[in-house]
Amino acid sequence: MESLLSIENLEVSFHTSHGVAQAVCGVSYDIGRGEVLGVVGESGSGKSVTALSVLRLVPYPGRISAGRINYEGRDLLQIPEKQMRKVRGDRISMIFQEPMISLNPAFTIENQLTEALHNHRKMSQKEARERAIEMLALVDIPDPAKRIKDYPHHLSGGMRQRVMIAEALLLDPDVLLADEPTTALDVTVQAQVLDLMHRLNERIGTAIMLITHNLGVVAESARRVVVMYCGRVVEQGPVKEIFEQARHPYTQGLLKSIPKPGGRGKLYEMDGIVPSLFELPTGCPFNPRCPQRRPECGKSAPPWREVQPGHHALCWLYA
Amino acid sequence: MSLKTILKVEDLTKYFVVNRSLFSAGEVVKAVDGVSFSLMQGETLSLVGESGCGKSTTGRLVLRLIDPTRGSVHYQGQDIARLPADKMRKLRSQMQIIFQDPWSSLNPRMTVKEIIGEGLRRQPGLSRAQRKKMVLDMMETVGLRPEHYDRHPHEFSGGQRQRLGVARALIMRPKLVVADEPLSALDVSVQAQVVNLLARLKRDLGLSYLFISHDLAIVEHISDRIAVMYLGKLMELASKRQLFAQPRHPYTQALFSAAPTTEVGREKKRIILTGDVPSPLNPPKGCRFHTRCPVAQEDCRQLEPEFKLLAPGHWVACHHPING
Repeated sequence: MESLLSIENLEVSFHTSHGVAQAVCGVSYDIGRGEVLGVVGESGSGKSVTALSVLRLVPYPGRISAGRINYEGRDLLQIPEKQMRKVRGDRISMIFQEPMISLNPAFTIENQLTEALHNHRKMSQKEARERAIEMLALVDIPDPAKRIKDYPHHLSGGMRQRVMIAEALLLDPDVLLADEPTTALDVTVQAQVLDLMHRLNERIGTAIMLITHNLGVVAESARRVVVMYCGRVVEQGPVKEIFEQARHPYTQGLLKSIPKPGGRGKLYEMDGIVPSLFELPTGCPFNPRCPQRRPECGKSAPPWREVQPGHHALCWLYA
Repeated sequence: MSLKTILKVEDLTKYFVVNRSLFSAGEVVKAVDGVSFSLMQGETLSLVGESGCGKSTTGRLVLRLIDPTRGSVHYQGQDIARLPADKMRKLRSQMQIIFQDPWSSLNPRMTVKEIIGEGLRRQPGLSRAQRKKMVLDMMETVGLRPEHYDRHPHEFSGGQRQRLGVARALIMRPKLVVADEPLSALDVSVQAQVVNLLARLKRDLGLSYLFISHDLAIVEHISDRIAVMYLGKLMELASKRQLFAQPRHPYTQALFSAAPTTEVGREKKRIILTGDVPSPLNPPKGCRFHTRCPVAQEDCRQLEPEFKLLAPGHWVACHHPING
């Protein structure tokens, strides 16, 4: 598949009064045109910070200290802010976990949706409103011509997330970065929103980077999966291989520790907890919790190796 | 499992009045509306449902952390919904709750020994040394180390805090524990640790759990029986085996089919419900689910279905239950 956006050796650190936290440490992955890529990891794994880096929106005191974001022959980390603004929301857009705080409560849906069309496409109010209504219809908002006059508090959580998706897709972007888009939603509404994102991916061809901690959501939505732990990509491969033949001990542990249908008895427990980013263990960051630890794991960083065609793992087991 | 009933809830109802002002009598939220179930000793009954269905309110009513509008809660034969406060206080040690959010449910100014040992201070005849020993024993039981004894909650991770919450609840040797979404704030790798802890303590201490959750994979793993709630009412109640093998209520079926699983490539028949859960301020007439139900008919819009027994141990509130 043709690569559309590629992240190369990204490093992001947060400089705080407690010291420096390496939130993202040498992350590389790419997303193909029209692809649905799943990015999974637990809290603090750096999955959201990586996505924010793509748009250069890493919050203070975070700093991108190294790396490249290649998009259409340019490095997004090097272009002037003015050009970046034309990429952001237009060619690459993002939706967030919490639809309640991502919409401005003081403006109607119409205000919020047409703003981008005025700024990026110089549309007249009438054109912009028509385009916005069309988008709302596309994301299954009933009676869009009427709902467009509503304020965010008039809408339920699921409707707000659909408005967010409509807003993100207004300018027909190449990539949608979706950061935990269904985490705040109920399971029946989550199914609606995932179904919607799928249909839009097929119809419009927008590539989706689906960032989530929910392994089930990834298994059912993505074609390829990136697994992150402590700011590193520890495994990457086709979805079927990741879920059926995971190679990295962290991925294996994660999959074993979720309850299976019809299962009973004791669940598999991973040792210990995710370490603090301020005091990462030396060598492989997973080594203190790893059941297959070797002497070299605590000494030096593990190599990134192809374990099967298109399937990589960051682990000494495959050195 | 012995068949002694520890808890019997009948027609439990809680209405909240909201938006009341000088000029308006306010509106009524029917948070829980005529819920009945019982819990056996040593059993785990799960209450599942989406946000706003009343599952947490039911948990709080069962412990009488709030007073019901109507209905009864019989704990070991005694109706605690009507019990005077002083008698209720004596019973409280036997009924405990574990909260969802381990960040906001622990007092940040208290140390571990104070958080876990607070309840013991009301027990007469315990010396300070005895209290300390009981706290340390309980810490060991839930997997906290003795050096944690004088620490504050902010020094712990989410999983450890949830262990603190469990220790706080169990030190009083309760018989009944309401666990209100005890896992949803935890990372996947930590959830398994807490699930196993809850299961082991149930076995070792003979606890009965009312387990409130929206995570069906965990509910399936941990429960003996499951009750499905929607907009303040029970839709279906059955053993785990019955419910997962053959859900009879269209809502249960949709809920189960909507939950994502980690099986890749297997085409699942997913029932996508239209719309969102209606507001409990103004629930639909007739069956509360009819606005989203894929098989709703005319009678569903008019008449509220009764919660009735369809098969041994299998209760359903539906005019047109699904046949297997």
